[in-house]
Formats: sequence, structure tokens, C-alpha cells
Amino acid sequence: MTNGRFGVHGGQYIPETLMNAVIELEKAYNHYKNDPEFNRELTELFNEYANRPSRLYYAQKLTKAVGGAKIYLKREDLNHTGSHKINNVLGQALLAKKMGKTRLIAETGAGQHGVATATAAALMNMGCVVFMGEEDTKRQALNVYRMKLLGAEVIPVTSGTATLKDAVSEAMREWTSRIDDTHYCLGSVMGPHPFPTIVRDFQAVISKEIKSQILEKEGRLPNAVIACVGGGSNAMGSFYHFIEDENVRLIGCEAAGRGIDTFETAATINTGRLGIFHGMKSYFCQDKYGQIAPVYSISAGLDYPGIGPEHAHLHDIGRAEYIPVTDEEAVEAFEFLSKTEGIIPAIESAHAVAYAMKLAPTMDKDKIIVITVSGRGDKDCAAIARYRGEDIYE
Amino acid sequence: MSNIRKAFEKGKAFIPFITCGDPDLETTRKIVREAVKNGADLIELGIPFSDPTAEGPVIQGANIRALAGGATTDKIFDFVRDLRRDVTIPLVFMTYANVVFSYGAEKFISACSEIGIDGIILPDLPFEEKNEFQPICRKYGVDLISLIAPTSRERIAMIAREAEGFLYIVSSLGVTGTRSEITTDLASIVKVVRENKDIPCAIGFGISTPEQAKKMAAVSDGAIVGSALIKLIEKHGKSSVELVGEYVKKMKEAVTE
Repeated sequence: MTNGRFGVHGGQYIPETLMNAVIELEKAYNHYKNDPEFNRELTELFNEYANRPSRLYYAQKLTKAVGGAKIYLKREDLNHTGSHKINNVLGQALLAKKMGKTRLIAETGAGQHGVATATAAALMNMGCVVFMGEEDTKRQALNVYRMKLLGAEVIPVTSGTATLKDAVSEAMREWTSRIDDTHYCLGSVMGPHPFPTIVRDFQAVISKEIKSQILEKEGRLPNAVIACVGGGSNAMGSFYHFIEDENVRLIGCEAAGRGIDTFETAATINTGRLGIFHGMKSYFCQDKYGQIAPVYSISAGLDYPGIGPEHAHLHDIGRAEYIPVTDEEAVEAFEFLSKTEGIIPAIESAHAVAYAMKLAPTMDKDKIIVITVSGRGDKDCAAIARYRGEDIYE
Repeated sequence: MSNIRKAFEKGKAFIPFITCGDPDLETTRKIVREAVKNGADLIELGIPFSDPTAEGPVIQGANIRALAGGATTDKIFDFVRDLRRDVTIPLVFMTYANVVFSYGAEKFISACSEIGIDGIILPDLPFEEKNEFQPICRKYGVDLISLIAPTSRERIAMIAREAEGFLYIVSSLGVTGTRSEITTDLASIVKVVRENKDIPCAIGFGISTPEQAKKMAAVSDGAIVGSALIKLIEKHGKSSVELVGEYVKKMKEAVTE
């Protein structure tokens, strides 16, 4: 098997023009990941700038309202910029800087990764261009403004379905045209090797913290860790340090959109099949001729037709479960968590909350569930209001 | 010997790229025959893909029009079978890895062999991943065409040594599309190829004018043109057939001069 495989998944299915760029990235990463100075700088950025470690909060009211297992929330929403995306971005931006790059490009769906990249670029004096599907620039207008405020250029992508997959395609196209000074700061555990590994390693801080925090609070490991999955970076980060702990159930929640029996879905594991796209072999929503499907979810961040290769592998070997959650279920959970705990989760994270609310009542009171709240939901308020038939202005 | 070599036997080759089914397969059929009549030495037939990440806006547009017009892999196989009743020049498919993989690699490649396709170009299948399809391609006698880019540097020799059919040399950074200027030192790239393997080299990406084609052919064995030709089809649709013929004639003359 070739570079960067997770079972049959992964690999480097990219144009020759980009091969030396990813080879150089891999070399640089392999050097710096073991470099004490790099790790000291990154830890300092995590702690002093991004507000890590994030809290592991016992959601007592939610636990009581739902009944059953004790529910903890891993509060990635409290990070600087409002989501887990900052973990990966600080790592990659620091790496890019060490590699002598002066410009970051990124794709974004909901805008969380774009905002995080624009933030890191501002902090580290780097240029920044963010590609965002035109459809998403409308759904997430506030994040577009935030990126511009931070000094980034936002390019609305009109090709294809004008959503996350098209933003990734456009960022890849841009990278092939300008490589020397530019690092493609990919936002999820996807794309060609070494991105799935690099992004996972930078996000693995989530499960590393969960593990020590839960041992401190409960003296034992959780029974289940639940996170939402689009490309799958917050889920991979939440799962990683538990993969060897086989008694910990790992559950990824996919965006089912209007249901996995409809065409308006983005549930890759549940409706897709093996394919090759965006630099990797993995599962993709596609038609019988391999044309990538125009997927749909209320959540711009999960509205992606593929899934990271390591998730595809964890699914193949039965180590993780992938559950579809509909728009309606996610919106209900979004509202429920807001009312019961005073925490407005990102609509992406609400997919994980929704399934946890179904699972917890089936488990005994002495069991523990950890939900990763990957981001804060302020950005979603206008869209959810519209979903509920109320037209508000941001 | 690969059938593709024939394209390079009568001097410098002119290689047009045409997306199958843009705007419909009947028009593509007429365009291919017109291109052959006017001197095309080899034709790259594009099988449309929903998300062609190596293409600029012009060829992206052709992919979208072809898919919207109902072109599918099976219909394109039938189309090529029909073309082969009278078209004898080498024909290669240009598409994306998922189109082949999803159809079933063996089923796709054996079909290519059966209908008379001589090679396959997959821009998202670099050297490191070519074993995905190469063993099957060898089994059925279909050449898997390799690409070399301006960034390939020390990779050129490695790619050249294992290349089959012809080598597709990407003229510039970026995606497909016309360019006013090509600045890469292509002669040096071709020189390294020649030191490692006796294989024809054709240059593509960014070529639109006869002057550019002439320059590119002067340092290699041929020129590949896609976007400039697709622009004619985009603008004139079904009535583009003769215009494409005239364009091919002009470009073929330029490369042979």
C-alpha cells in the first residue's frame, strides 16, 4: 500500500503539480512534530491564545431531563474563535511559518474553519484567502464579515453546488497555481496524505484532555464518546486517544438532512460507497457512474459528500459507529440544550447532542457519555430562526 | 508497441481535447470526425466528472453541460464503439480516478480495450498511486498516461522511466485554461525525460494560439489543446463543428512548420 493509508482508505490522489508540496509538508511535519521547541510554542498558543484546555462540563440538567447515563460536554465551543477548528489551524499555521510560507489558503463550510484560519493568519502576519461556497456565504453571512474583519480575503465559490465540496475543489485549484509561498490549511481529517494525519494529531488534544479530565472527575473512562462528523475532525480528535480503549463506544453523528431515504442528505457512511475524490480513497455520496452527489444538510459544516479516511477505516473494522441524525432532530437538540443548560451549540454539534439524547435514556445512571460540543451556535441563530419560520436579521 | 506511437510518427503531433457529450454526443461525434479530417493526430476524449479539480472554468463548464445533457460512461463507450467504425487515429480517455474506480476498474479498462481506446489520462492519479489501475491497464493493453508538472523536479526521471504511451507535460502551474504566456523551462524537462526513456512528450495546459503551439511543439513532440477549443464549442454549440475543423487545421499547420 502507498503512503498514508488507513486500511484501504487514504492515499494521495492529487495532480502531479501538488506532489512535491505534500511530500515537503510531510517531511516538515515529521521533523517538527518531535521538535520540543515547536511543541512548546504550540502548547503556549493553545493555552494562552486559544484558551485550552477546554472544560469538561457535567451537564446535570440535561442528564436529569433526558434520564439515564450521565452526560458530560467537552466545551470546544469555549475556545477562541468559537470552535475546535482553532486547534488544527494553530498547528498548521505554525508549521507553515516554520516552512517559510507567508500565505494561508483554506476552504470553509460554516465559516468556522475560515474564521480560525483568518485569525491565525492575523496573529502570525500571514496573508489569507478563504474559499467559501456562495450558498454558504449567504447562510453564514456573519462569519464572512468576521473573516474580512480579520484581514482575510473571502472568495465566494459559484461552481458545482456552491457549498463545502466546491470550496475544497477551488482551494485545491488555487494551491496548484501558487505553491511556493502558500500553505493549504485544510480544515478536516481529509484530503491527500499527510493532511488526515496532521489534522488528527492537532485535534487529538481533545481526547487527550477528555481522558485526563474524566479520570479526575469520575476515576474511570466514559462508556461512550459522541461527536458530529462531516469531514470528521472534531470526531477524530475526540476519538483518537480512546481507540485502544475498546470498552469506550465511539459514535460519529452524520448529517442525514431530510433523511437517509431521501436525496437531501449528507450521511456518507450510511448512504455512500467507496470512491476516490479530493485526494483520498474513502466513502462518498455518489451516483452509479461515480459522479459526486449534491448533498444537503441544514448544517453548512457537515454538508460534505465524503468522510475522512480514518473514519472510513474505523467504520470498516467496527471500532466506531456512524449514526444519521436529521435536520429536525438536530434543530430540536439545538433548542433543547439552549433551554436546559444555557449553552447554544453549533448546529453541527447539535447533531451529536441529538443522538446522545436518544442514547442516554437506554443506559444505566452509572454510565457516562461525553459529547463534544465542537462549536458555539451564535452563527446559526438566524438560520435556525428561518427554519422555524421566523425571518430575522443578523 | 503502443498504438499511441502512431500519432507521433508523422512529425509533431497536434492533440485536441474534447469533452464527450458537450453539448450532446451527436455533436461530439461530428466534431471528432471533423478534427480527424483536419489533421488531429490523437484525440483526448473527456468523460465528464462532476467535480473536475484539475480544470479551469472553461472545461468545468464543458463537464457540467455534458452531464446535464445526459452523457454517462456507458453512453460514451457506445459512442466510441461507433466512432471506431471509421476513426483510426489513436484515442485516449481523459477523466478522473473516481469515474474509473466507481465503474469497476477491470470493467472500465477491459471496455476501453474492447472499444478501441488506446490510453487513459487521470490527472488525479500521480506516480505514487498508479498501481491502483496500472496492472489492469497492462493486462488489457491500455496505456496509463503519466503527467509531469513544472514542480516535478527530481521526480521527472522516476516518472519518465515508467511512463507508457506518451508523456503529458503540464506547461504551467495551476489548472487548465488559456494563458497569455508560458514561462516554464519545458526544454529542460523534455531533456531529462529523453535521458531516461524513449517516449513521445506532448505539452498541454494554457496553449491557445498557433504561435504558442508552434513554440511548444518545437521543444517537444506535440501540443495538446483543450480550453481554447472548448470555448468554440461553448460559444457555438451544435454549429461549432466547422469552426473546430478550421481551428484544428490552423494548429496542425503551426506545429508541423
